[in-house]
Amino acid sequence: MSLLDVQNLRVAFGSSTVVNDVSFSIAPGEKFALVGESGSGKTVTSLSILRLNHDAQYGGRILFEGDDLLKRREAAMRSVRGKDVAMIFQEPMTALNPLFTIGNQIAEVLMLHEGISAKVAAQRAVELLDKTGIPEPARRALAYPHQLSGGQRQRAMIAMALACKPKLLIADEPTTALDVTIQVQILELLNQLQREENMAVLMITHDLNLVRHFADRVGVMEKGRLIETATTAGLFANPREAYTRKLLASHPQRAVDEVQASDKPLMSAERIRCTFSIKRGWFKKTPFLAVDSVDVQLRPHETLGIVGESGSGKSTLGMALLRLSSANVDGNISFAGQPISDMTSSDLRPMRAKMQVVFQDPFASLSPRRTIEQIVGEGLELHQPQLGRDGLRRTVAEGLAEVGLSPEMMSRYPHEFSGGQRQRIAIARALVLKPELILLDEPTSSLDVSVQQQVLLLLAELQRKYGIAYIFISHDLAVIRAMAHRVMVMKDGKVVESGKAEEVLSNPSQDYTKRLLAAATYSTLS
Amino acid sequence: MNPTNTSLSPWRRVWVRFKQSRRGYWSLIIFCVLFGISLLAEVVSNDKPLAVRYNGQIMFPIFQTYSEKVFGGDFDTPADYLDPFIQDQFQRDGNWAIYPLNRYRFDTLNYFAKSPNPSPPSADNWLGTDDRGRDVFARLLYGFRVSVLFGMALTILGVILGVVTGAIQGYFAGKVDLFFQRFMEIWGSMPELYLLIIFASIFEPSIGLLLILLSLFGWMGLSDYVRADFLRNRNLEYVQAARALGLSNGQIIWRHVLPNSLTPVVTFLPFRMSAAILALTSLDFLGLGVPPSTPSLGELLAQGKNNLDAWWIAVSTFIVLTMTLLLLTNIGDALRNALDVRRKA
Repeated sequence: MSLLDVQNLRVAFGSSTVVNDVSFSIAPGEKFALVGESGSGKTVTSLSILRLNHDAQYGGRILFEGDDLLKRREAAMRSVRGKDVAMIFQEPMTALNPLFTIGNQIAEVLMLHEGISAKVAAQRAVELLDKTGIPEPARRALAYPHQLSGGQRQRAMIAMALACKPKLLIADEPTTALDVTIQVQILELLNQLQREENMAVLMITHDLNLVRHFADRVGVMEKGRLIETATTAGLFANPREAYTRKLLASHPQRAVDEVQASDKPLMSAERIRCTFSIKRGWFKKTPFLAVDSVDVQLRPHETLGIVGESGSGKSTLGMALLRLSSANVDGNISFAGQPISDMTSSDLRPMRAKMQVVFQDPFASLSPRRTIEQIVGEGLELHQPQLGRDGLRRTVAEGLAEVGLSPEMMSRYPHEFSGGQRQRIAIARALVLKPELILLDEPTSSLDVSVQQQVLLLLAELQRKYGIAYIFISHDLAVIRAMAHRVMVMKDGKVVESGKAEEVLSNPSQDYTKRLLAAATYSTLS
Repeated sequence: MNPTNTSLSPWRRVWVRFKQSRRGYWSLIIFCVLFGISLLAEVVSNDKPLAVRYNGQIMFPIFQTYSEKVFGGDFDTPADYLDPFIQDQFQRDGNWAIYPLNRYRFDTLNYFAKSPNPSPPSADNWLGTDDRGRDVFARLLYGFRVSVLFGMALTILGVILGVVTGAIQGYFAGKVDLFFQRFMEIWGSMPELYLLIIFASIFEPSIGLLLILLSLFGWMGLSDYVRADFLRNRNLEYVQAARALGLSNGQIIWRHVLPNSLTPVVTFLPFRMSAAILALTSLDFLGLGVPPSTPSLGELLAQGKNNLDAWWIAVSTFIVLTMTLLLLTNIGDALRNALDVRRKA
């Protein structure tokens, strides 16, 4: 008998149906993965199992050990939540209560469901933390969530979920917010605990690579429907649906041409050091070195990939190179033959047209109260005032056409566009100024895989056409592999390794690079 | 998300959502109509006829002052159109007069009244008269206008000051913010009411003086909200992107940060206005407000308190004041809901 049997599940919010006719089952001790792009309904489906969606109307049946969860009263649901079915979330910082120690929060679950005394519960909490591999569990149990690192917080979440030995663990993108090396550790932990406790795991993810190494069976969701269910091996070898094939094919592929060796660098920077001063108490300040003596050389037509985990200083370096950083920057930067490191910001203003930025989050990088025409035309208005009204409109239209958007969209506002379209608008804003250098700060990280590939292809084509140099910052090695000519691997503000992309990525000389590469492919997962 | 060619700007969408709240929408319409009428108070409620024809000549007393002699009187003084003698003159053949709806101005003293002051509501004085024989309806109409105009002026001044100071603190942050916040703490701890009392005894009280004094303290509440929004928005990526385009600080504030930080400003507008009206009314009630010649709701309330047997003064003023504040609160509620982006249009 299956542990969980979802039959014809339908979830609607008001008049819009988000999940339609979804059926799947999970056997005890099985690892089942639901994959899909954002908005496919995978999270809503998983939340339905615990009936955690607000104001949702349900249809169909969710049988847990033969008992229909949708028919239960709310009070009866509470004994299922956290006891039989536990859940871990994507962002452990927001899923943990910041005002209680993690030991306290774990003990609370135990006291609630097992009715044991506070003292015993606290002891059990430490044992559970120990099990998840947190060093010094007794001390960590007394720590507040903000005192832990992202990986440790997720471990604490897992400890909390495992407290009552659930039969089913729902993991909603449990590693998406974590660095690659930490991702692998968390997955290894989940794997090991799953084996030890023989619990079933429902993994919600958008990452097919992860699914391949983690799950026993996979369900693919598209627009609220479960279109295909198969064993992991079967699905990867033999995808039935066109959509599944598209998903499988949409990992980043090498998109750029090789560069001819041109001798004159567009940008060169020597011994860049960025320091932030962190306040300690009232008058004391201690400097924090975010980037430490980094040299950068960039030629036209070339993409420099900067890889690193969060906190490695890669974004700070990028912003410092364009003189947009709020940190104290030392070192010499020259751009297009001019030293820009000591220019005043007003002297620098005319140069801004030549160096542009595209940011990670297309929802935050476009001002919500301005039309697309205003957004894209803003730089032109400033740098090419001779264009006039009509010329401006024409140039904006050309720019939009260049990134594959219809000029008719000019009078619309950002909220009417999807993430991919918004990122194209952000690229158009940079592009209309005919820049020689664009800093791309994680430009595809918040996009779905299929859209990601389109944006990468667009960037590569623009580079071919206009010879723009890119500084491409990413934590995603697959994207860097697809785009970069040269790579710099950063860790704790220092460059660990740099060189030609193929050499660094296929034949790394440093341990850290090797670890990053191994983590990115999940090849160490058993 | 289905893009069409004609797309609504975020502020237009707010308006669409606002209209969906029927209570707020109708409150806004009623308020606008009442305010419109009060702006035309001279035409609606006046002691001079709009137009008269006297001995074949058409005259407009509302715009021009005529001597009593013109209408056959004995003295060379401005004609009193409530005088039965003058009214008789217009009844004669070929003569006529068009009177306003209500035949009294806020300061008209009816020397020909039939009953002693304060007189209860009658056909002559719809809402009765106050203890000096002035028509309560006329005083309410003119007083409402003064209150709303004062409220608007105070709100606009407060918003401008609040936005400017909030923007400076929020955008530049750091030391500017630190010093400004300390300044605001000191400034805010000054006893406002004592200052008003002291100033009322030094200077001749006037609406202008009240406006300045209340504005000096009124901006602080809003400034904090604007500052918080600026602090949040200045770090967003579209501000960074604007900086990367080479825009100056002024341009970034004006085009990018300010439009996205106006939500608290717009939300608080009606509430600020009702607070301003209430402030003026209470100061007038205490006798610290506008000069006695100005029609004011607070002064009427004070009269109502002093003449409890003349119930029509207190009751009608109370109704007008409550209705005004209720309408503004309704509008404010609807506006707050309309600006809540989590609600779907």
